[in-house]
Amino acid sequence: MLLAIDTSAGTSVALVDRDRGVIAELGTTDTMRHAEVIGRLIAECLDQGAVAVSDLSGVAAGMGPGPFTGLRVGIAAARVFALGAGKPVVPVVSHDALAHDFYSSGATSELLVVTDARRREVYWSAYAGLDDAGLPVRTDGPGLAKPDSLLLADFPHRHLERLNASAISAGALGMVAELTFAAGRPAANDEPLYLRSPDVTLSPGPKRVS
Amino acid sequence: MSENAPLVLGIETSCDETGVGIVRGTALLSNTIASSMDEHARYGGVVPEVAARAHLEELVPTINAAVAEAGIRLDQLDAIAVTSGPGLAGALMVGVGAAKALAVSLGKPLYAVNHLVGHVGADVLGTGTDGDGQEPLEYPTIALLVSGGHTSLLLVRDLVSDVELLGETIDDAAGEAFDKVARVLGLPYPGGPQIDRAAVGGDPRAIRFPRGLSQPKDMARHRYDFSFSGLKTAVARWVEQRQDAGEPVPLADVAASFREAVVDILLTKAIAACRDHEVPRLLLGGGVVANARLRQVAEERTHAAGIALRVPPFSLCTDNGAMIAALGAQLVMAGRPPSTLDFGADSTLPVTEIQV
Ligand SMILES: [Zn+2]
Repeated sequence: MLLAIDTSAGTSVALVDRDRGVIAELGTTDTMRHAEVIGRLIAECLDQGAVAVSDLSGVAAGMGPGPFTGLRVGIAAARVFALGAGKPVVPVVSHDALAHDFYSSGATSELLVVTDARRREVYWSAYAGLDDAGLPVRTDGPGLAKPDSLLLADFPHRHLERLNASAISAGALGMVAELTFAAGRPAANDEPLYLRSPDVTLSPGPKRVS
Repeated sequence: MSENAPLVLGIETSCDETGVGIVRGTALLSNTIASSMDEHARYGGVVPEVAARAHLEELVPTINAAVAEAGIRLDQLDAIAVTSGPGLAGALMVGVGAAKALAVSLGKPLYAVNHLVGHVGADVLGTGTDGDGQEPLEYPTIALLVSGGHTSLLLVRDLVSDVELLGETIDDAAGEAFDKVARVLGLPYPGGPQIDRAAVGGDPRAIRFPRGLSQPKDMARHRYDFSFSGLKTAVARWVEQRQDAGEPVPLADVAASFREAVVDILLTKAIAACRDHEVPRLLLGGGVVANARLRQVAEERTHAAGIALRVPPFSLCTDNGAMIAALGAQLVMAGRPPSTLDFGADSTLPVTEIQV
């Protein structure tokens, strides 16, 4: 059983188990209050599932892509919760949760997942169905692009069925983590998927004042 | 310190230091800091996004190091404390999210505290029977907190219940002024130690740079407030005039005179606050306390004025998690209920809000 946390869009927290499925899932689509809501969502999820921290086998962390400030809150919470619990972190690419949900409903087509990256840009990932472990097969991405560029001739995934998502489910994210673990696959890299360098300008040296 | 004193872990991420400290009551067990300062050096100042990314990477290693040094296990903690503000919003949020998760994971109470009051709280560490024998801080006290992020003058009547902001900078923080003047003088970041080095052998009275908000008209409205942007401009103008005239710039004199202007106005206002409020105690805090000239002038002037001066060890003056843990432990010992889980990061949290 895993606690799953994703703050790549809103804030989503879930308890999942490979056999029992999603035991509890709570969240908000508010993209400005990750730090405010994260603690109570975790506590209430554990309450609702009547699960003790010692019952968990790990913590699934959505690594993005997602807007930095919010994304970090969830990753920090997942890492430090796992540290307190003495359990491992299972990093998951957040878009995989969307693809998992899409294919779980019976769809089989190739898929382009698109989420908001702010500043008039989007994050995208391309998928080609589920593999024999039931895990979404990511064929490209995650990447960062101007929305218009996803329609241009040089974007190879322009014809794929497109899923524009504004929320990511920690329940789905947790199931991806459970299936990854069950199949003995390596987890995603334990690094936040910022896909953008920090906005900084090198100091130009002193300017004249007179 | 008795075995019954609360064991508290404090997390501080308000600026560019990832700080984790562990205290038992007023006894310091560990004070671990990972700084991203080197990453900011090439930009000439703290870049908020760079700082926030570094916090996320440093947090778990820093907690692990603090726990190992203190020789405790996380499940032995009685409470967690975290900085809620003031500071850089994105940086604060990393610590807030982490502290909440740790509190829920361990099933321990969480205390969200004020960073500036934390600087004052640092002073309690090392007092008492297990400390260095120093007498506990008496109240009320005036506190002068000076760093790259803040320049504040506080009247502390009680650490856990009554802190008043007397004044603060209306533009740059004093540490920022050191950084900016260092740039004017062609010196690298961070400016404080660079200016100190450049000032060796310089005459602090060579150039009379302006003392911000010290004119009678300013003193009426901004008696305890500070302003350093005019001073920075004055230094730049003075240097440019020399350069334009083809004359050499006497670096040591400029650095010493600039530093003197900063130190002078800081202590003039701090001592005025002590006198006005009849408080014969002054506490210094913040990273600029590393400045030897500031400490020296503080000693001379407080001695002359009959004011007792307190300066915590330097490792507790710069931003750190131990001071947050210390303030958290004071709140626990005062019987305060923990914070609810709903607080956020408040980049402009007023000092009157000691606990959020
Ligand atoms: Zn500070």
